Amino acid sequence: MSAIPVDPTSAGNGVISQPTPAASETNYINEFGGLKSWLLTGDHKRIAILYLISVTFFFFLGSLAAAMIRWELTAPAGVVLESDTYNKVFSSHGVIMVFTFLVVAIPSVFGNFFLPIMIGARDMAFPRLNLLSWYLYMAGGILILAGMINGGVDGGWTFYTPYSSMYSNSNVTLVLTGVFIIGFSSITTGINFIVTTHKMRAPGMTWFRLPLFVWAHYATAVVIILGTPVVAITLLLVVFERAFKLPIFNPELGGDPVLFQHLFWFYSHPAVYIMILPAFGIISELIANFARKRVFGYHFIAFSTLAIAGLGFLVWGHHMFISSQSMYQGIVFSLISFLVAVPSAIKVFNWTATLYKANIRLQSPMLYALGFIGLFTVGGLTGLFLGSMGTDVHLTATYFVVAHFHYVMVGGTMTAFLGGLHYWWPKMTGRLYAEGIAKANAIIVFLGFNLTFFPQFIVGWLGMPRRYHYYYLAPEYQVYNIMSTLGSGFLGIGFLLPAFYLSKSLVSGRKASANPWGAHGLEWEIPSPPPSTNFLQIPIVLDEVYDFDPVTEYEQDRAQQAIENSHEHPGMMDSHDETASKLEEGGH
Amino acid sequence: MAAIAHDTHEDHGALHHQFENIEQQNDSYIVGMWTFLVTEVMFFGALFLIYTLYRSMYQMDWYLAHEELDVKLGAFNTIVLLISSFTVAVAVRSAQRKERGLVLANIGITIACAFIFLVVKAFEYSAKFEHHLYPGPTFGSVPEHLNGANANYAQLFYGLYFGMTGLHALHIIVGIIVLSALFNLWWRKCDSVMKDYIPTELVGLYWHFVDLVWIFLFPLMYLMPKPH
Repeated sequence: MSAIPVDPTSAGNGVISQPTPAASETNYINEFGGLKSWLLTGDHKRIAILYLISVTFFFFLGSLAAAMIRWELTAPAGVVLESDTYNKVFSSHGVIMVFTFLVVAIPSVFGNFFLPIMIGARDMAFPRLNLLSWYLYMAGGILILAGMINGGVDGGWTFYTPYSSMYSNSNVTLVLTGVFIIGFSSITTGINFIVTTHKMRAPGMTWFRLPLFVWAHYATAVVIILGTPVVAITLLLVVFERAFKLPIFNPELGGDPVLFQHLFWFYSHPAVYIMILPAFGIISELIANFARKRVFGYHFIAFSTLAIAGLGFLVWGHHMFISSQSMYQGIVFSLISFLVAVPSAIKVFNWTATLYKANIRLQSPMLYALGFIGLFTVGGLTGLFLGSMGTDVHLTATYFVVAHFHYVMVGGTMTAFLGGLHYWWPKMTGRLYAEGIAKANAIIVFLGFNLTFFPQFIVGWLGMPRRYHYYYLAPEYQVYNIMSTLGSGFLGIGFLLPAFYLSKSLVSGRKASANPWGAHGLEWEIPSPPPSTNFLQIPIVLDEVYDFDPVTEYEQDRAQQAIENSHEHPGMMDSHDETASKLEEGGH
Repeated sequence: MAAIAHDTHEDHGALHHQFENIEQQNDSYIVGMWTFLVTEVMFFGALFLIYTLYRSMYQMDWYLAHEELDVKLGAFNTIVLLISSFTVAVAVRSAQRKERGLVLANIGITIACAFIFLVVKAFEYSAKFEHHLYPGPTFGSVPEHLNGANANYAQLFYGLYFGMTGLHALHIIVGIIVLSALFNLWWRKCDSVMKDYIPTELVGLYWHFVDLVWIFLFPLMYLMPKPH
């Protein structure tokens, strides 16, 4: 509880000396004008917006490839694509989605925007490094696209040697160079998150007052800085092998191609947690704020995040049960893989326990969060099938694997991304979108997703291998593939609709108040959209995180609405004007 | 960027807008640099892992292949880098004591050492190229330089030799650029280095890391014991 009594009618719960929100004229969007002010910005919020536009662009490219795959698979003998083209299309889908969307999206958009605000900082510790990370991302993304336009790349997103290093005639070198550069974009973001979380917290913002979103991004950053350099050097060695004949994984000279798989999965399994931990962070925020309760077992969720980050580095061998790995190695990797299920389950149980007897508000972000819990649970439990050596031999490289990781990556990360986008959209843009269509969209995404990927569990269990586009010897697979393609159509609608109604809100949406959801957290105590420096004065944090008081919550809501409705609050307006003019003087 | 008006925001020539005071800024820089060095350790760590695996697989051939490396030049370069580590440490100490002349002299010697290292390395590389000991189709076409090692396994050795020392040399080149930039800031008496020794300290940390990598590379590449 607060050490200093707090005025219950103030919008800033437990935060002293914040001027009144919702009355700000200059914000991070309109303070500086012109394209140059965006491309040379150091403001973490503007960089987040640059990232939001870029990752959306790459996501739609990856989705186009996915649509082509689904179309091709509707008939047992293929529909439009040659085998060679099909190989390139599914490789493009994997490379674009993994490296330019999933790894990057949530940390670089929402992490960049909200991590400094949530801990009460003016900016990231290293704003210029932050901007550099966006330029690296774009450079890498453009190289990857150049490789794909200029003939494409085959062999899948995993680039297994010796195919990628010795035999593939596609643009492996160009695409891997792009991935390598994007790796550095990840690393710079990770360093920024770690330093910012350690050194930039506002007075009173102790480690156990951090929102779980910040914990999740901190753990993600640790995984990024430990894992990404390893895959960077591994992919670089493949590039060197292709470009300079530097033999590292070449079996003809005594090199070990399976060593590539070990090094690759040493990063790429933790990379799964780079993709899903930030999503956990978003879901924790959504569950707490729409259930109007402190998250059940806050400490357990925080520590389970770190446990996942740590254990995640010890399980890579479960990708290699059939890659000449010794059986005893397999047993150990299998056992540790089961252990990862424990902290993941802790999260799911704790979110569910938070809902118990809660005052749940079923607004659109919450619908995504509830969908996430269901989909992630399915994705996580089917992971146990693949972590068991016996069942994995049957299921390896079938559509069961495809369905499993899409349940985690799309059902998990993408759903959380949409949930976060809907939750923070009013804060990022200052506009409210149409809630009705947003709710309907959450349901379309949930149903479309299940129709797309649940049949893939069945068809994979029946034995359909991934990465094949002909199945005319097993026409019984067709019905599942048609269901899946049908579902992907709905899913596509669910991804396109937000692009329209969110864009529309920019033009004709109502102005958002500082805290349209009645949520807790520092980001809701500053105006929407926030001013360039986030806080006119650095806040002093006095209350606990998610400190919802069920008794006074109703009164606080009413009091806050009163503040929002009456813009003539004399005392507060004065103090705001004063600080705003100080800001002007300082800036010019 | 707008500098914010705030009671505790100090007026300090080297302070950036996002920090409250110079201590917070310095702490952040140090934590950031060490975090970056962690990523560097992981970067080279993967290479050392590959080295360990292949050396344990092909001990005798690697021993025979390594005999072609020039231990004297390697040892000379090791001494050069150790001297440069010392001078960079003196430069950091002088920066703390704000002795500009000493800082400039010691950064200058460090840069000179870095160039000497690269020149020696260039001589070593060119000898290996003359003897066809670089990876590729012509590797081992002058068999007397293989010392009887299996040409395939020797090629793996030289692949890692060029890969690891090449990436290390790249780090030396980056080091020269960073050290020169630092020298320039001290030369022009900029506030960012004169009022705050941390930039000098950061460059020093990086340079020590680059030296440390060589301290591992030298014995691993040049000083193999004969396998039994």
